[in-house]
Amino acid sequence: MPIRTISIWMTGVPLAIAAIGFFFSFLASLSPSFYFTWPYFLEVLSAGLLQGVMYSLVALGFVLIFKASSVFNFAQGSMVLFAALTMVGLIEMGLHWTLAFVVTAAVMVLLAIVIERVVLRPMVNQPHIIMFMATIGIFYFLDGFGQTIWGSNVKVLDIGIPKDPIFVLTGLVEGGMLVNSFDLVAAIVGAVLVAVLAVFFQYTRIGRALRAVADDHQAAQSVGIPLKTIWVVVWSVAGIVALVAGIMWGGKAGVQFTLALIALKALPVLILGGFTSIPGAIVGGLIIGAGEQVAEVFLGSLVGGAIQDWFAYMLALVVLLFRPQGLFGEKIIERV
Amino acid sequence: MRFKTLGLAALGATLLASAVATPPVGAAEEQFVPLLVYRTGPYAPNGIPLADGFDDYMQLVNLRDGGVNGVKLAWEECETQYNNDRGVECYERLKGMGSTGASLVNPYSTGITYALIERATADKVPVLSMGYGRADASDGRVFPYVFTMPITYWAGADVMMQYAKKETGGSLKGKKIALVYHDSAYGKEPIATLERLAKEEGFEFSKFPVAHPGLEQKATWLQIGRQLRPDWVFMWGWGVMNSTAIKEAAAVGFPMEKFVGIWWSASEADVVPAGDSAKGYKSLNITGVGTSAPIFRDIQKMHADGKGLADKANIGTVLYNRALVNSFYFTEALRTAQAKFGKKAMTGEQIQWGFENLDVSQAKIDAAGMTGLLSPVKLSCMDHEGGGSAVVQQWNGSEWNAITDFIAPRRDALRQQYEASAAQYAAEKGITLRDCK
Repeated sequence: MPIRTISIWMTGVPLAIAAIGFFFSFLASLSPSFYFTWPYFLEVLSAGLLQGVMYSLVALGFVLIFKASSVFNFAQGSMVLFAALTMVGLIEMGLHWTLAFVVTAAVMVLLAIVIERVVLRPMVNQPHIIMFMATIGIFYFLDGFGQTIWGSNVKVLDIGIPKDPIFVLTGLVEGGMLVNSFDLVAAIVGAVLVAVLAVFFQYTRIGRALRAVADDHQAAQSVGIPLKTIWVVVWSVAGIVALVAGIMWGGKAGVQFTLALIALKALPVLILGGFTSIPGAIVGGLIIGAGEQVAEVFLGSLVGGAIQDWFAYMLALVVLLFRPQGLFGEKIIERV
Repeated sequence: MRFKTLGLAALGATLLASAVATPPVGAAEEQFVPLLVYRTGPYAPNGIPLADGFDDYMQLVNLRDGGVNGVKLAWEECETQYNNDRGVECYERLKGMGSTGASLVNPYSTGITYALIERATADKVPVLSMGYGRADASDGRVFPYVFTMPITYWAGADVMMQYAKKETGGSLKGKKIALVYHDSAYGKEPIATLERLAKEEGFEFSKFPVAHPGLEQKATWLQIGRQLRPDWVFMWGWGVMNSTAIKEAAAVGFPMEKFVGIWWSASEADVVPAGDSAKGYKSLNITGVGTSAPIFRDIQKMHADGKGLADKANIGTVLYNRALVNSFYFTEALRTAQAKFGKKAMTGEQIQWGFENLDVSQAKIDAAGMTGLLSPVKLSCMDHEGGGSAVVQQWNGSEWNAITDFIAPRRDALRQQYEASAAQYAAEKGITLRDCK
């Protein structure tokens, strides 16, 4: 990323946050029923940013597969559910969670191989919409298959991540600022995951091959990069990302069918950040997370509440108006 | 190739013949009960124990008692996944089965209940929406085929408020109560009642809707825990929304002892995923908890004999017990109808009469081995709610414990609300009120 872009973001983001804060402060001065204090605003903002990392974890899986095959993987949500169900199932069978993680990761790799052999390989050279339809099939299959094997009851996934509230800056702010320790751990895990993926794509041979496929399938094939192997690798990595997302979301809400629906939360993140950019998935997640929390807390009560879901999509649509490729997506110009 | 084709054709023909030869469900002197269940989908953790409770109770009645007055119960499950369209499809598919058609329908979804009210009324099939659905359907003059026994959401809000008032020293004046609710018709049901009670009791009432499915509630709980800081939080949640709310409440340090959920935020599936955070959380329940009622001896014996139908782990859970009580209401209505129309399979119309003349006294509850599982109810043409009550239970980290006796809602004001709302519905639909005198 060019230094100019980074510097624009580094100065633009704090300015935008400050402007929003001053706007709410102004509204509070007009109406006593409008509650606003700077510490509370920052608390909401930080909670939103941490929530955004959780969205990014899901969005990353979509980006990986879209980069390599230009296919929107509808099944990513059910992969999250399937991975979490498998891991909990193995823990319930007596495995330590670290071992269960490794075995589940292996299961996700196996799943990637099966998907490549059974679903993707027969679809080579088919239009993207056909591939997309195939991922819908995978979604329903995994959804039912996971529940058939592991059952439909809610399962508890507890790997010892602390959940207690933490109060920071107690010396600066009266009562301190509340931060959820679970979300903090999730943010650290998200950051590590992104760093690992960045190294994997940037510095490994297979990572470079993967980027080549992402840029141009035919050109990559012409220089001997095996497309089928790359697909297996990409789906495997997406599966492991789904496992990490499943652990975090499952640890938060319990492992149950609804986990598959969190894919819907990744959509506005992808629209905003761009379908092909890993930094886009992270920044998009942060913007959506912070945006929807701030909107729900400070504006929700003015319009009846429960606005955070549609607000996220609205925010993404506004970005689409100005940058159809998303904030970090590749601008595609096709000759006609 | 030809042999293979012939073989496949023979196999198909055999399967078809065996399907045709299978006796239809509910044939002869059997009473057919359609079961709209959700063993799969987002609400399966709640739907499975419910369906198990129905299966076990009806199996027990058939095996232990030989049916109801000699009429065996027959049933078929239809998977709705909690979807309204599937619920209607299931109803339409099952309503004609059995020698006398569907006995009743238990939708187990407020949405499906709304969708079935007019259809079932036209088909003369009673709808038993036990603790859900339209509260104003308690007015039997407008809703002859809908039964809301033993208690409605509006009455639940009154019980919750009574409990909070008692725990706060007898007055809620100047206190703050927040309602966290599923942003749907179901979740909005208690709002009018709580707004009325806020005016009467002098507490400040705030509402916090949560969008389906309720996986993100951080903003809601930041407002509650860090801004509003209410004295009590009431919850009308469902599915994953419940456990998420409990976790988020704990994350902002809200005390669980001041957090009370409605009876659909009251099952093991709602608290177990929240782990230790859920310790101390309270909820209303319309049925008793645990396996201490004598009927469980019979159920355990049935399972020991290998004839039980439920997953054993679900026996005694909140929703399993609720389905037992639901089934018991039905068999008692059936028995009441048989006392008038004869000991045979009843039509929906006859069972509707049975419900309207149902009197589940404490003596009947004890005789059925269901002591402590429900409070007495008595229905009439006017009153389809029957005067039931709710109990407050608390989660101790491993099980629910009842911490109050059954609390009766104050129905005088509620009845006025029911009648006003039902009259409005009747005017919209052009329904002439039945004469219940």
